[in-house]
Amino acid sequence: MGQRVLLIEDEPNIIEAIRFILSRDGWTVETHADGATAVAAVERKRPDVIILDVMLPNKSGFEILRELREMADHAARPVLMLTARGQKKDREMAEAAGVSHFMTKPFSNTEMLEVVRRLASGASGAGADEAHV
Amino acid sequence: MPRSALTGTRIRERRTLKGVKQADLARAVGISPAYLNLIEHNRRRIGGKLLIDLARELGVEPTALSEGAELPLMEGLQEAASTSGLRPQEGKPVSLPETQRAEEFAGRFPGWAALVVAQRNRITALERRVEALNDRLAHDPFLSDSLHEVLSTVTAIRSTAGILNNAGEIDRDWQARFHRNLYEDSQRLADGSQALVSYLDTVGKSEDTLASPLEEVEAWLAARDFVLPELEQGKMPDLSGEGGLRTPAARSLARKWVLRARAEAEKMPQAMVEAIISRHGPDPSALAQAMGVELSAAMRRLASLPASETRPPMGLAICDGSGALTHRKPLDGFAPPRFGAACPLWPLYQALLRPMVPVRRVVEQHSQPPRRYLAYAIAQPQRPESFDAPEVIEATMLFMPLDQLDMEVRDGEVHGIGTSCRVCARIECPARREPSMVLEVPEDD
Repeated sequence: MGQRVLLIEDEPNIIEAIRFILSRDGWTVETHADGATAVAAVERKRPDVIILDVMLPNKSGFEILRELREMADHAARPVLMLTARGQKKDREMAEAAGVSHFMTKPFSNTEMLEVVRRLASGASGAGADEAHV
Repeated sequence: MPRSALTGTRIRERRTLKGVKQADLARAVGISPAYLNLIEHNRRRIGGKLLIDLARELGVEPTALSEGAELPLMEGLQEAASTSGLRPQEGKPVSLPETQRAEEFAGRFPGWAALVVAQRNRITALERRVEALNDRLAHDPFLSDSLHEVLSTVTAIRSTAGILNNAGEIDRDWQARFHRNLYEDSQRLADGSQALVSYLDTVGKSEDTLASPLEEVEAWLAARDFVLPELEQGKMPDLSGEGGLRTPAARSLARKWVLRARAEAEKMPQAMVEAIISRHGPDPSALAQAMGVELSAAMRRLASLPASETRPPMGLAICDGSGALTHRKPLDGFAPPRFGAACPLWPLYQALLRPMVPVRRVVEQHSQPPRRYLAYAIAQPQRPESFDAPEVIEATMLFMPLDQLDMEVRDGEVHGIGTSCRVCARIECPARREPSMVLEVPEDD
């Protein structure tokens, strides 16, 4: 496939597992663990799909997503949000912030891989950097 | 119906229980059967000699006829009725508690009535506990962080195990790495789960009966009759030892209260306070002037003294600027409510309306017989920590039974109060905020 995923997550063993699953499927996986500099990392790397954890050090995934959606370049970039908090209000917050897909932890590897593929296929139809969900 | 108006009902019940005919009882006390009939239907008030004669013939104390059931039991029944949750619904017959017959119920079946009150108290305590635990689940940062840690670890384990189980051929290095990750994560999960269970276990044990730290402190003080003799020697009572406070929050709250009480005991030694009381009576203004302390401090100090035959018992109520009660030392017949708001006519709240203005009032609790108390109150700002600190105010009320004071009071000087609106029979009260469960029926004569 040759497409790129930016994984914004701070748990080393989750990073390792997701990196392995996606790499073997042909993805280039880049990682970032700090919430405060996550938006800058997206600006720099411009991935096809972002996997974003909610509970990050220094800045929450919700804040990061809201900031991205206010930027023209990232307003429609596919974002898969991962969270251990699966309550209705968390899902509603994610939707209000503009999430493409919301997934609660723990998740199955197959399900996560399918969602990333689906988000990327939506993106590929609109061009590499101007992704749409 | 006021409890005094039910004297006739009680006479009728006692007579029926004894199997005495109305005419025979009337003859025995020297009145006509028709007049006794009017009395038994609460259409004529009685007292004095006739009440004593009827009580003698029925083999009971006159107060058993005039006062009936104990006031706390009656208030408990009325509160049980008001919090039953039963409401009339259109088209659906619902048996509502017959509140106007509460005293009759309590008088005829005191054991069952006490059980109803005890059950209602238990339900209320359990509801408070559920509320407290629910609040803890929603807002406790330790619990939230612990659950997040456990879920994150489970996520890593599930993904790693999924890879090892379904990924076919895996490079040996990757395999070794994932096995190591699994081992580390399983260790993390075990530690996290253990910490979580220990925490929940502590919560469960520490709050099995009392829902809030304030209630725990009150129960601790009540078990000591609100007297801490250690403070008279400048010592601190043991807050955590045998019979002490179980939760850190309650100990923290009690420590604040005890430190202030100890400082006040030091400023106002018991012997000097006793001397001032013997000269001026239990008057907080006399004590405050003699010792050069604030009125509220004098009130707290008077309420901290041990019981004595030489002075009346003294109750204390303290509230913050929002009106929430933060300390309750009840007296027989004057018990600040445990749950919900108190009567806004209390001098405590009147003082809160006018900070720094002392309030002294004779108040009458709406009970049978009516009980009068002398109450002193003042609202004072707490000492600010800095110029820009928010203004924090605290109101304090000291109260004592009037019949134990050498004091003449005219009826016009007495202010009617209640406990809380739901159990208060002052139907026309201008301060009423919700309907009463106590029905008042106009009397015929």
